[in-house]
Amino acid sequence: MLELLNTLYVTTPGAYVRLDHETVRVEADGAKLLQVPVLHLRGIVCFGNVMVSPAVMQRFAQDRRSVVFLDDRGRFAARVQGPTAGNVLLRWEQYEAARSLARSAAIARAIVGGKIQNARFLLQRAARETPDSAESKTLRDCVADLAGILERLKAASEINVIRGLEGEAARRYFGSWDLMIKRDRQAFALQGRQRRPPTNPMNALLSFLYTLLTGECIAAAEGVGLDPQIGYLHELRPGRPALALDLVEELRPSVADRLAIALINLRQATSDDFVTRPGGAIHLSDAGRKKVIVAYERRKQEQVYHPVLDRKVPIGLIPHVQARLLARHLRGDLDHYVPWLYR
Amino acid sequence: MVTGAVPDEYWVPISALQHYSYCPRQCALIHLEQTFDENLYTLRGRAVHERVDVPGVAVEAGVRIERGLVLWSDRLGLVGKADVVEFHGEVPYPVEYKHGSRRASEHDDLQLCAQALCLEEMLGVPVPRGAIYHHSSRHRREVVFTPELRERVTVVLQEVRALLSARLLPPAVNDTRCPRCSLIDSCLPRPVQDRRRIEDLLQEVFNTGLEEGETSA
Ligand code: SF4
Repeated sequence: MLELLNTLYVTTPGAYVRLDHETVRVEADGAKLLQVPVLHLRGIVCFGNVMVSPAVMQRFAQDRRSVVFLDDRGRFAARVQGPTAGNVLLRWEQYEAARSLARSAAIARAIVGGKIQNARFLLQRAARETPDSAESKTLRDCVADLAGILERLKAASEINVIRGLEGEAARRYFGSWDLMIKRDRQAFALQGRQRRPPTNPMNALLSFLYTLLTGECIAAAEGVGLDPQIGYLHELRPGRPALALDLVEELRPSVADRLAIALINLRQATSDDFVTRPGGAIHLSDAGRKKVIVAYERRKQEQVYHPVLDRKVPIGLIPHVQARLLARHLRGDLDHYVPWLYR
Repeated sequence: MVTGAVPDEYWVPISALQHYSYCPRQCALIHLEQTFDENLYTLRGRAVHERVDVPGVAVEAGVRIERGLVLWSDRLGLVGKADVVEFHGEVPYPVEYKHGSRRASEHDDLQLCAQALCLEEMLGVPVPRGAIYHHSSRHRREVVFTPELRERVTVVLQEVRALLSARLLPPAVNDTRCPRCSLIDSCLPRPVQDRRRIEDLLQEVFNTGLEEGETSA
């Protein structure tokens, strides 16, 4: 059984991460903060000014455990990468599928379908739980509209049409988003999904969660020997982990979005957890980021049903399972790529 | 650089024989797809090997021991490594370490016999027997390299070579071997076997019918 290993997040400025026999030791100002066996870790994520010894980087690269550096605002900065390993036959098929319009479209369609279906599930649940009947009706209308998009998607065979429908669904979904927020709706209004730099707390929170999720999808792709940069739904662009972003799509609603909503509605995150920078960019404070990471890691341990495997797996393993299913599809073992449906 | 009767690209790792005889798909997953699952099972296996995998020489009660010896056969196109080769006088005696229980298995015997065939060719002496050491039970099981077992090695070797050069992944066996297989989470024997179910699950992704009833309520 594949184990759900922990990710070590080092957020203390000036911390030093080093190898001590078979353990990773984190120190700051000469004092030990933490010591964990290497075998318990799948990766290390460092925020801002954190130093990692060459021994740690080499050992982790060799084991295909990940070491990722994010800047102090939590944006991706760098990743330690070992020698290219793994399966050339699989990568070849991955490229061949990217060259084939039909194969790319089929994979992209499945991914977008999974994303829309998972978004509908989230909205549907919010609609059921809303006491306000007008709001509940609006949410249900959104569910129905997304169903209409899903119907059109089912018949779509052109990648650009699929991308267009994805955009349409996203606009519709984020258009109703604020109705899922029950507390501080004013402060946490989404005002449309904007990427960089976020200028409101909700966008800052979502961006941060998507960054964490993307990092894990990169690791999942690499873990099964896929090239994280060659994707199907996302266009290829230098430096863009297109395949990892593809994997992120179907997970967004049920993993990241649901968590963001819960954090706000349960008042685990409040306006105090965000800081505004001169010029208006907003991001999580150090304390806020820690809260979000803790909640995210806890969420990863939650067991959810996986329809293809027909058993429960921790949410944290879903990216890895999906990367494997994609690899099996690319190598001709599975006729279709099947996205994960949250139920 | 090894030169011999068999061109380089057709050399077969000794361990592939064992994997193939357990399950051809497992052999392809490891040697073609480069799958290696770090699960508890393999980690334990690795821990056992780390102890014995240190190249070097040691002497125990008059028996000379070589650890981590590289073995190969030009004639068969086989290459691999022995955990331990004991030298009883001049007679080599390969010992393979297994973390599992003491159950005798053809797969282990094939691997050991292939090592013996390599040793015979490398050293020019007959290698009549060897042993499997089961780490969990600390039990040593002797294996005699009979003509039948040797013949079986060459037959399986040919099958492995054919599989690896075809570069195709054989179908999953999906039987009693799977629950004990360390690759089950990568192999996904059940999903890849049930094509109909995969079709149905993909249909589910686009299924808007069920919730429609709820929405109009
Ligand atoms: S899980 Fe079953 S089919 Fe797959 S490699 Fe193992 S034994 Fe073979």
